[in-house]
Amino acid sequence: MKQPFHIIESTCVPLPLENVDTDQIIPARFLKATDKEGFGENLFRDWRYNADGSPKDFVLNDPTYSGCVLVAGRNFGSGSSREHAAWAIAGYGFRVVISSFFADIHKQNELNNFVLPVVVSEGFLARLFASIDADPKMQVRIDLPNQTVTNLATNESEHFDINGYKKYCLENALDDIDFLVQSKDKIAQWEASQKA
Amino acid sequence: MNTLFDKIWDRHVVQHVEDGPDQLYIDRLYAHEVTSPQAFAGMRARGLKCFRPDHIYCMPDHNTPTHDQDKPIEDPVSKKQVDTLEQNCRDFGLTHFGMLHPNNGIIHVVGPELGLSLPGMTIVCGDSHTSTHGAMGAVAFGIGTSEVEMVMASQCILQAKPKSMRINVEGQLGKGVTAKDVALYLMSQLSTSGATGYFVEYAGSTVRSLSMEGRLTLCNLSIEMGARGGFIAPDEVTFAYLKGRPNAPQGEAWDKAVAEWSELKSGEDAVFDKELTFRAEDIEPMITYGTNPGMGIGITQQIPAPQNASDEKALKYMQFAGGEPMLGKPVDYVFLGACTNGRIEDFRAFASIVKGRQKAANVTAWLVPGSWRVLDQIKAEGLDKVLTEAGFAIRQPGCSACLAMNDDKIPAGKLAVSTSNRNFEGRQGPGSRTCLASPLVAAAAAVTGFITDPRTLF
Repeated sequence: MKQPFHIIESTCVPLPLENVDTDQIIPARFLKATDKEGFGENLFRDWRYNADGSPKDFVLNDPTYSGCVLVAGRNFGSGSSREHAAWAIAGYGFRVVISSFFADIHKQNELNNFVLPVVVSEGFLARLFASIDADPKMQVRIDLPNQTVTNLATNESEHFDINGYKKYCLENALDDIDFLVQSKDKIAQWEASQKA
Repeated sequence: MNTLFDKIWDRHVVQHVEDGPDQLYIDRLYAHEVTSPQAFAGMRARGLKCFRPDHIYCMPDHNTPTHDQDKPIEDPVSKKQVDTLEQNCRDFGLTHFGMLHPNNGIIHVVGPELGLSLPGMTIVCGDSHTSTHGAMGAVAFGIGTSEVEMVMASQCILQAKPKSMRINVEGQLGKGVTAKDVALYLMSQLSTSGATGYFVEYAGSTVRSLSMEGRLTLCNLSIEMGARGGFIAPDEVTFAYLKGRPNAPQGEAWDKAVAEWSELKSGEDAVFDKELTFRAEDIEPMITYGTNPGMGIGITQQIPAPQNASDEKALKYMQFAGGEPMLGKPVDYVFLGACTNGRIEDFRAFASIVKGRQKAANVTAWLVPGSWRVLDQIKAEGLDKVLTEAGFAIRQPGCSACLAMNDDKIPAGKLAVSTSNRNFEGRQGPGSRTCLASPLVAAAAAVTGFITDPRTLF
């Protein structure tokens, strides 16, 4: 999952529901693995499949929609801190999630798995849903270096925030542990200062 | 500025990363079997050892069965995850409280009761309900597995400092209104995203009057308002709870610690990014009707009409309709337990209602203590007899039906009144329908067989 991120153009998969919690993204009974593989198969499991494994009427089962950008209603990823939700999203093949609001822990989990959470205004989101509805083959462009997201059907563009450190990590496929293990002297110094 | 949150956070900043987050030192990492295996695997892949193994405490709780824990776990996948934690702790030299260990239980129940979670600490765990430990006056929050690996590798985490919010609750709670109801009320007012981006300090006379168990319940549910964590400044209640706990400072060190902890409060001039005040008199026993914890109402109220597609989806799932009362709805299951309400005070409250009554025939009840120590206390107080005489059985400790990773699953379509923390679709088992409530409301449902105002049973 460690892969550099620069510019992505893709069609979208729309999920216009609010408060999508991580129990829906990946139900608890699929958290028993001891590795990170295979979670994509169970992404949105109980919205996607019936108990007998047959498909439900759900956007991931609709061939009209495809692409590596998930577009979701506000407060995406609330609830449990399970990083398995981010592994499921990345494992399915999504590289970007666009919403007007993300839950804190899940947003961080996405970033730590090289999935980019893009926060847009409510208006931009509503118009993006409308564009997808009008033409499921429309595309969005996510430009990380310039921190812009563009609805290519309307050419509406918006700036999105990301801190400079994390942006550098995404562009260069580096993670936080690479950074932290190099700061052990500083950590030991801090510990010593507490004992003084 | 000059909030208690600032004081604890700022003191733990090892360095500020340029144009980025803070590198925050972590005093305590708790790890359970579900969110740690991939972190240990990552450590192995990088050839790393745990940087400060004595700061890390591990125990299985999510997969553990709540009966026959002396026998091997039947589900091979659950067994593997529990065994993997034990092996990882052995390989990395970490403290491990296995299933039958007297210190085992739900990690957020065990940390405070052992005195491992102390005022002024930074505490993390790969579990969103780590906010529970905030009741001790600590900055405690849930993290992802990548972040668990960060702490194992460096005892630090990279984290942008959240904004601060103070929530004041003032006045005296009515009879039958508990800390759980305060939390469910706050969520109903703020929604599940109302505190996202914030760390919450709970204050005010109502909060001060809560017992330690009540404070743990309140802080536990901070995440359900979206807050990263919530805490309460330590005071005499905190100190009295901690004194004599196995890992709390003893003797001279205790006096010194209490002197330091007594300084842990927001300044008179503290400025919060947001401040809200609520009145205790406005809160009645609460119950949820929807599929997120913010969808709660006073137990005597009617289900609100849906406002949008998400509300409609929730009510359809719950098989409820706007305008209906919650009172009188038949209940199939009652669950007492979880890191939210699996402590001794919760069992006392439940027992106070069922004493001299009988479990309703239509109700299956699962009573799951949060730890072996809680179970010992239940027996020491004779509550087990009260519960048994009323037709209830007490199970062995674990997370149990809160998220149904073990065999304790609410069957599809069945309605449960649960003292746990989440009523998401399928949370307690595929197709299960959950109403969150206090132990008193749960007990009232258990003896009457339908949703009942516990105040009518006093």
